[in-house]
Amino acid sequence: MRLKIPANFRIIRVPCTGKVDLIHILRAFEKGADGVYVVGCMEGDCHYNEGNFRARKRIEQAAKILDKVGVGGERVKMYNLSSGEGPLFAQYSIEMDAKIKELGPSPIRVAKQKQKKDAA
Amino acid sequence: MSDLNTASNLEKILKAGHIGVTSECGPPRGSDPEEVKRKGLLIKDYVDAVNVTDNQTAMTRMSSLAACVHLKLMGIEPVLQMVTRDRNRVALQSDILGAASFDIPNMLCLSGDHQSFGDCAQGQNVHDLDSMQLVQTVRYMRDKGKFLGGDDIKRPPKIFVGAAANPFADPFEIRVPRLAKKIASGAEFIQTQCIYNLDKFKEWVKRAADRGLTEKAFIMAGMTPMKSVGMAKYMKNRVPGMDVPDELIERMAGVPKDKQAQEGIDICVEHIQELKEVSGVSGFHIMAIEWEEKVPEIVERSGLYPRPEA
Amino acid sequence: MIIVKKKPIEEIIEEVRDFGRILILGCNECVTVCEAGGKKEVEILASALRMYFIARGNEKVIEEKTLERQCDHEYLEEIRKNIDDYDAIVSLACGVGVQFTAEKYLTTPLIPGVNTVCLGANEDRGLWTERCQACGSCILARTGGICPVSRCAKRVMNGPCGGSTNGKCEISKDVDCAWQLIVDRLKALNKLDDYEKLAPVKDWSTDRAGGPRTVTREDVKI
Repeated sequence: MRLKIPANFRIIRVPCTGKVDLIHILRAFEKGADGVYVVGCMEGDCHYNEGNFRARKRIEQAAKILDKVGVGGERVKMYNLSSGEGPLFAQYSIEMDAKIKELGPSPIRVAKQKQKKDAA
Repeated sequence: MSDLNTASNLEKILKAGHIGVTSECGPPRGSDPEEVKRKGLLIKDYVDAVNVTDNQTAMTRMSSLAACVHLKLMGIEPVLQMVTRDRNRVALQSDILGAASFDIPNMLCLSGDHQSFGDCAQGQNVHDLDSMQLVQTVRYMRDKGKFLGGDDIKRPPKIFVGAAANPFADPFEIRVPRLAKKIASGAEFIQTQCIYNLDKFKEWVKRAADRGLTEKAFIMAGMTPMKSVGMAKYMKNRVPGMDVPDELIERMAGVPKDKQAQEGIDICVEHIQELKEVSGVSGFHIMAIEWEEKVPEIVERSGLYPRPEA
Repeated sequence: MIIVKKKPIEEIIEEVRDFGRILILGCNECVTVCEAGGKKEVEILASALRMYFIARGNEKVIEEKTLERQCDHEYLEEIRKNIDDYDAIVSLACGVGVQFTAEKYLTTPLIPGVNTVCLGANEDRGLWTERCQACGSCILARTGGICPVSRCAKRVMNGPCGGSTNGKCEISKDVDCAWQLIVDRLKALNKLDDYEKLAPVKDWSTDRAGGPRTVTREDVKI
C-alpha cells in the first residue's frame, strides 16, 4: 500500500503518545517547527490504558501556552486512529499540512530567519 | 432560673413565666438615625425587647451598638447582636463595655454569615472567638467581673446573654448536643432560626426538654412571616439551614398574588398559636424582615398583647 | 506539602520584560510534587518565555536550573558561582524558597513564578486541597483528626455553624463542612460524647497573629 503524504514533516516515533511531554512539543516550536501533530491510538484502546488521554491533555496545555506566547495554539493538534488505518493517517497528514500552509510560517521561524539575515 | 442577674426587662418577663416576645430591627445602610427610630416606634409597645442585627448577611450597615443606643434613648430595650466575624477579642470586650455603659441589658452572640455573602467578599474574617466562646466571654466579664486577660473590670457589664440555635441545620443528630453546648457555655436565652417545619421543631424541643435544657435556658421560637410564594421558595432553596415544608409553599401558591402577604401573616399567627402550647417554648422572636409594621398585628392576633408589666 | 499554583505566564512576561539574562530556578521538593515548580515546569516556562521574546525580535538569554531545595543554604550555594550571569531570577519555589534565595543574593532581582496557596495534600490526580494552616498549636486530637482551623471557613472551634447543609459549607456546595466531617469521624471512633466538650478560647499567639514564628532547638544547634 503506497500512499501519498506530504513530504515536509518529520515523523518522530514514540512507544505511546503518553510518552510525549509538553516540553517536547514546545521544543519543536522553539526550534522552528510550523506545526506539530500527535497521532495516537483510538481513545479507549491505549495499550497503557490512558497514554493517549494524557497526550490529549498535554496538547491542550501546549495550545494554551502557544496562544499566550504569540505562536498560536491552532498549530498543534491531536489525532486518533487505529494501527490499520494508513489511509486515514495520510488524510490527517494532508489536512494538517493544508492547515499549516494556510497559517503560514511560525513567528519563531520568521524571527529566526530575520535574525540570520540581519547578522549576515 | 428565678434570680435576676441583670436589669433586663426580657429577663424579668421570661423569669416571671410569661411568654416573651422579641422582634428585630436591621440598622440602615446609611447614617440616618430616623430609620432606626421609626422601626423602633412601630414595634415599641408590642415586644419586650428589640434585637438589633450586626451587619447581617455580611452587608455593611450602621453599627449595631450605635443603633441600640438610639433605641435605648427612646426607652426601647435593645438586644445587641454581636458577630465574631468582624472583631477580635479586644474589640468584642470593648464593645461589650460600651454597650453596658449605656445599660444595654441584652446580647445575642453569633458567628455571623460568611463575608462572601456580603458587600465585602474580599475582606478578612476574624473569628478569633466563636459564638460559644463569645457567650462565655460575656458571662465571665459579668459573673467574675474580669476581662479575658484576667484583670478586674470596674463596673462589670450586666448583660443577659443569648445565643442562636438552628434546629434544622445538618447534621441533625448533634442539634440538641449543640444546644446543650451553647447553654453550657452560658447562654441564658436562645433565639432560634425561622421555624416553618413545626413537627421537626417540636421534636427538637422535646429532645431538649428530655435533657433538661429547657429548664436551663429560655427557648424563643424564631418566626418570620413570608411575604410571597417567591420568598418561601427562596428560603427553602437558597438560605442555608432553612427547612420550609412543601405544603407551606403550596398553601402560599394557592392564593392570588395580592393575598399572599396576608396569607403569610396568617400562617405566622397560626404557628405562634400552635407553638405557644408546646412545653419548653418560652417565647417568640418575630423577625419580620423589612416588614416591621406587621409585628403589631402578628403579636395582637397571636394573643400576646398587651405585653405584661415586668 | 506546600501547595502552589503557577502564575499566569502573561504576569511573568510583564515582570521579566526589562531583563536580558534570566535564570528560571526550580525546586525539587513540594512544588515538583504539585507539578508547578519542578524541573519540568522550569523547562516549559523557559521555553515559552524564549519563544515569546524571540517572536518579538527581543531575544533573551533564558537559562534553567532546578535545585534540590530553595529553603536550604547548602543547595542555594550551587548557583553562587554563576549568579552574576543573570539580571534576574524567576523562582518557581514556594514563597519560602523565593525569599530565601532573595536573602542570599542581595543584588539579584527575584521574581516569583508561582502563587503559594496552602499546606495540603494531593487528594486526587490534579486536585490539591488544604489541610493545615500552621496555627502552631494542634488540636486535631480533640477534633477527630479533622482541622476546623484550616477547613472551616469561619474557623469555628465549636461547630458546625447554622450554615451546614447536607454536609456542605454555607459558602459553597463544593466545600465539605469540616464539622460534619468531625462529627462523622467522632461517631466512627465511638467518641461522639467528646463533641459536647466545649473548646476553650484558642491561644492564637502561635498562629501568624503572634508575629513571625521560629523554632529554636538548642539540642541540635552546633
